[in-house]
Amino acid sequence: MPVKVIIPTPLRAYAGKREFAEFNATTVGQALTSLTSEFADLRKHLFTEDGKLRSFVNVYVNDEDIRYLSKENTPIKDGDTISIVPSIAGGADPGPSEIRKLQ
Amino acid sequence: MTIKMAALTGTANPTVAATLGASSAPATSLTNEEILRYSRHLIMPEVGMDGQLRLKNAKVLLIGTGGLGAPLGLYLAAAGVGKLGLVDFDVVDVTNLQRQVIFGSDDVGKSKAQAAKARLSNLNPDIEIVTFETKLTSDNALALFKDFDIIVDGTDNFPTRYLVNDACILLGKPNVYGSIFRFEGQITVFGMPDGPCYRCLYPEPPPPGLVPSCAEGGVLGVLPGIVGSMQAMETIKLVIQRGDSLVGRLLLFDALAMKFRELKLRKNPGCPVCGDHPTITELIDYYQFCGVRGEEAPGPDVQVPEITPKELKSRLDHGDDLFILDVREPHEYQICNLNGKLIPLGELPRRVHELDSSREIVAHCRSGKRSAEAVDFLKKAGFRKILNLKGGILAWSDEVDPTVPKY
Repeated sequence: MPVKVIIPTPLRAYAGKREFAEFNATTVGQALTSLTSEFADLRKHLFTEDGKLRSFVNVYVNDEDIRYLSKENTPIKDGDTISIVPSIAGGADPGPSEIRKLQ
Repeated sequence: MTIKMAALTGTANPTVAATLGASSAPATSLTNEEILRYSRHLIMPEVGMDGQLRLKNAKVLLIGTGGLGAPLGLYLAAAGVGKLGLVDFDVVDVTNLQRQVIFGSDDVGKSKAQAAKARLSNLNPDIEIVTFETKLTSDNALALFKDFDIIVDGTDNFPTRYLVNDACILLGKPNVYGSIFRFEGQITVFGMPDGPCYRCLYPEPPPPGLVPSCAEGGVLGVLPGIVGSMQAMETIKLVIQRGDSLVGRLLLFDALAMKFRELKLRKNPGCPVCGDHPTITELIDYYQFCGVRGEEAPGPDVQVPEITPKELKSRLDHGDDLFILDVREPHEYQICNLNGKLIPLGELPRRVHELDSSREIVAHCRSGKRSAEAVDFLKKAGFRKILNLKGGILAWSDEVDPTVPKY
């Protein structure tokens, strides 16, 4: 049984509108690599140019933040759920539809 | 004032009611009218007279009276929070009414803080409501916060969220946090002793434009109602010192799937504001920190050749051969359109072959921002005869054809 990666709403536009994806992987890093291989547009939203996880994107294995485990080397086992949780700011008055990035 | 962590286990702390009302003599009794009004609280052992008096002596500051602030204000006022502060410099717009249920149609054009105060005073004339019709800034935040016990963050942008967080940490005040994106919400409580802060969760904001904070914008109107109501619940629990607070837990809510998930939040010992060796000891320039100068992350200011709606109308009437390119999304095209060919901005790079570069093209979107990017992109791709419709469909509606709806 593979691991499930939950894709948050703001990033679904870069992941074929998928809510989650499943991969066979033994570490968080492997799963994220598989994810960004399948959805190349996601890469720049998750990683900096030198390959580090961006500081406004948190990754959890089940309910634990990987920053307090072994980061990308955190081992995962079948049936684990990986959550990608970016910061969102909306609350008072989300603006109208304006898509700004051309890639 | 302090609200002790011990309180969160449900242990009542008799000194807190006194500290909550520190600046004036705390209320020690309810009037008969109040007893009747709050009877459904009073007959619950979890609230009771003790809890209701704590509410009466509580001072809660709401940052923003928009989508989250609307249910927050209504429920906190109804619950009998003795002093409510409302910070908002905006005015009510008709597009707010789809979700900001504190306002009525008569309020359009009025100050949000004033309109909210009028509604809340009507709901509960026994409480004190203070309005601050100002933008929250590094210069005024500490002064505004210091007279309140709990700060509730219902803002809509990263600079203000970091400002609210840092000001709460510097003053030692709880920050009841909620944020939303389309149909997803995040809720937690920051700023409690030993609990994490917003910077522990996200040390830095996304650079402008990278995370689509407004892209595909919009929000299901009920979502801020649910998230704001949960913030109100957490606020009341902090005041009455009952239940398990969301301190150290990030609650994720997906309204479309109707699923809740919970993640553990930890205090980061290296946090620059609440860690063991803080490097941020006063408020900073949060627009600079977030890489934005304005209210929102501005789009790239692309300078491209433009055509005004009136010029376009007269050239079309003249029978000029113009190709209208609409770079909005399909669901926007359904709202209104100028009979253009629809190629959403995000699909343009791979569908560029569908355009004839020998014809003169006029690109448009809703307001002119996205189409400016499209024009910039197409010029770089070798298109010579391409213009951006200045002001987009909004300006077309204003200047040429008012039957085209604005959205």
